[in-house]
Amino acid sequence: MIGWTFILLLLASICVAIAGFARAKRMSVQASQTIHSRPIYHGLNVAIWTGIPAFVFLLLWLLGQNWVIDQLVMGSYPGSETLSADEHSLLLSEIRQAAHGNIFKKPTDQVLAAVEHLKSLRSLSLQAMVAIAAALAIVGAFFGLRVMTPAFRARHSVEKAVTAFMIFASLVAILTTLGIVLSLLFEAWQFFRKVPILGFLFGLNWEPQIAIRADQVAGQGAFGAIPVVFGTIVVATCAMVIAVPVGIFTAVYLTEYSSERLRKWVKPMLEILAGIPTVVYGFFAVLTVAPAVRTFGISVGIDAAPNSAIAAGGVMGIMLIPFISSLSDDAFAAVPRAMREGSFALGATKGETIRKVLLPAALPGIVGGILLALSRAIGETMIVVMAAGLIARMTLNPFESVTTVTVQIVTLLIGDTEFDNPKTLAAFALGLLLFVITLGLNLIALRTVRKYREKY
Amino acid sequence: MVDVVQELSTPVDWQSDSMQRRRKARYAADRRLQIYGLVAIIFALGFLFFLIATLTIAGYKAFIQTTATVRLDLSAVEIDRSDLMKANWRRIVRGALREQIPGEMSRKEERAYYSIFTSSAAYIVRNKIMDNPTLLDGPAVFDIPLSDPFDQLAKNEIDRDLPENRRRVSDLQIKFYDQLVQAGIVSQPINWGLFLNNDSRFPELAGLKGALSGSFWALLVCFLISFPLGIAAAIYLEEFAPKNRITDLIEININNLAAVPSVVFGLLGLAVFLGWFGLPRSAPLVGGMVLSLMTLPTIIIVARAALKSVPSAIREAALGIGASKHEAIFHHNLPLAMPTIMTGTIIGLAQALGETAPLLLIGMNAFITSDPGGVMEASTALPTQIYIWADSPERGFVARTSAAILVLLGFLIFMNAAAILLRQRFERRW
Repeated sequence: MIGWTFILLLLASICVAIAGFARAKRMSVQASQTIHSRPIYHGLNVAIWTGIPAFVFLLLWLLGQNWVIDQLVMGSYPGSETLSADEHSLLLSEIRQAAHGNIFKKPTDQVLAAVEHLKSLRSLSLQAMVAIAAALAIVGAFFGLRVMTPAFRARHSVEKAVTAFMIFASLVAILTTLGIVLSLLFEAWQFFRKVPILGFLFGLNWEPQIAIRADQVAGQGAFGAIPVVFGTIVVATCAMVIAVPVGIFTAVYLTEYSSERLRKWVKPMLEILAGIPTVVYGFFAVLTVAPAVRTFGISVGIDAAPNSAIAAGGVMGIMLIPFISSLSDDAFAAVPRAMREGSFALGATKGETIRKVLLPAALPGIVGGILLALSRAIGETMIVVMAAGLIARMTLNPFESVTTVTVQIVTLLIGDTEFDNPKTLAAFALGLLLFVITLGLNLIALRTVRKYREKY
Repeated sequence: MVDVVQELSTPVDWQSDSMQRRRKARYAADRRLQIYGLVAIIFALGFLFFLIATLTIAGYKAFIQTTATVRLDLSAVEIDRSDLMKANWRRIVRGALREQIPGEMSRKEERAYYSIFTSSAAYIVRNKIMDNPTLLDGPAVFDIPLSDPFDQLAKNEIDRDLPENRRRVSDLQIKFYDQLVQAGIVSQPINWGLFLNNDSRFPELAGLKGALSGSFWALLVCFLISFPLGIAAAIYLEEFAPKNRITDLIEININNLAAVPSVVFGLLGLAVFLGWFGLPRSAPLVGGMVLSLMTLPTIIIVARAALKSVPSAIREAALGIGASKHEAIFHHNLPLAMPTIMTGTIIGLAQALGETAPLLLIGMNAFITSDPGGVMEASTALPTQIYIWADSPERGFVARTSAAILVLLGFLIFMNAAAILLRQRFERRW
């Protein structure tokens, strides 16, 4: 129904555009003076007047209607003023579920009445929305056709609308960041009302599952993020230990030693590693790498966990190789030729030039790349969700199972969740932590890279 | 310093043993570095091949499915044809399956025998008959998949020589299975069900139809949002925007968004799209919206680079003959930049197709046994289906997961190949 409204609106706009175009064309033939804009602009102008106000209205209505309807339903529910916030949301979700046809327990008459109320409001809202949108479209079309005169600057009007759309599109990036920051801050703030912020940042105990039980809600120490962050660092370190040397050596070989033909083949193949979805790496880690690590660990007498940090981290490292390799590649390529040739002229071998001249000169770029890769490793989700553990442990042993920030976010939020549970909110607090850490790393990395680029 | 000066002032005997040794050592160091580089490349590429080989070996078997082709004569069975739904299909189908092997069976043996076939055999027969009730008139042929353990047995994944208590099929069942094979009704056709069925708890029936259509809808939404917005933003920032604080902020923002972890976008979708806007859980619409926010920076960056590479002479020529700035850009610059933008968009969509974590958070990992008819209906997506199957304990799902991964990789290869082709055919170098 809603989808059809949008499609009808689009069709109406197209029809009006064609009608406006035809009219403007007739006008251009009949008019005594020359027409300012070409007929197509007149057509587009009418279409914009027809479609855009109604479209914006529809979007706003759809966004706002649920909230208004909920308020109305709860407002008319007898005794709803006395309910606490939790009971309020519980009741609301029961009514919604019942209206959807999912009845878990026999609803009371009051709930049934509320369900009927909800349904009638919904159909009323839908009718009102369609009616108002249609009215807006008709008024818009009428207005658009009325202003159509030979002197009317339809092109300017259309171009203004297009510019407005382009500015809106550019602002979406800012809106997204704002949305991320605000939603994380808001939910995290809710969390910190239940759990003290210092306990979260510096607590040494992470056992979010305990908090479901009524007598231990938000018990202090159960939401200490330190072990989770610690696990993240262990896994990320494992990843970097593999990715950094392999990535840099690959870049060195490809930029300095390899023939053009080999480079042309190897580079795209390395890029494939970056293009493989992380869920594939995760499955691979579970299926092959983790058992292999366990077998290896047992053969050398280490008690390796089946979901060891090194398996998840190692596979993550492989994923990051092309990332570090291509950023180092850029850094090497940016070193001026003269420095290389100066070194050769002094009689240095290629290896000495690389180690003593290129590497120091390219170091800021490489470090920037490593920081970006580290931020990726910290934010990487699927590999660790599938291959790392769930229990937060403070251990440096990579053969043991640790958990990470992203694993906790996903496990806390998978399944149906309500927004008033500290367990759910804890995920947002962790998300905020993750966002701040990765943002910081990215900013430092970008600054390092940029500073370096300015030098030459 | 003094040493060096002295050393330089006296003539060096380059042929001396120590100098030769030194030179040798220096060249050896050079070669070592070269070897390290080669080893690193071989390690990375070897890993890539190992990964693909492992998945192929684990997954190719899921593209065939062990199936019993049975002739069931249902004309003798009493069925109320006006209400086919009500009939006791379980009993009817079991009776018919029982006739495939002659000879007496105890109750226990019968139970062991029936478990060779998929437990949904009754529904398969029923649905086929409901589509075509004339099948009831005489003997008809039905394809009934064997249950997972026997599928594995047929594919030699289960070792017959293991002691009975260490494998999932009993000696008795193997005897029945061999009788079925001898009767010539067991075959291994291509497993179209992998693409045509929806998800199921039983590996032999589980398919990707719902996941494929969920991914399709989500990508469609993602494309419809991110493509126009991305191009519009790119045009504005590249061609119109004044250089000031706000546009600087927008640029920093776009670069940062491209590096925000995907799971954070999932949190955004959960809190804003589901929590504040009240959109339905698990819907491809929400998935597509979240993915579009992630794809947007990619498209903007690519589109800006493409617009920048169009020579300014083109715009100036258009302006010179009286086009407005909008006309110059929309009629000339944009069409010329379009192939590159399309290439970037396809690559961005390919990334979005493989994205899993944000979809998990908005609930696209639910167990859903019907495919979505639109963007508002609950569904899974290809990568989340892989995640669900990877978590399933049944042995048959290992192969299914690998097969689903191969399907996903196939789509990615196809999209990237299309992007490369597009670039080679249409991209202009100035």
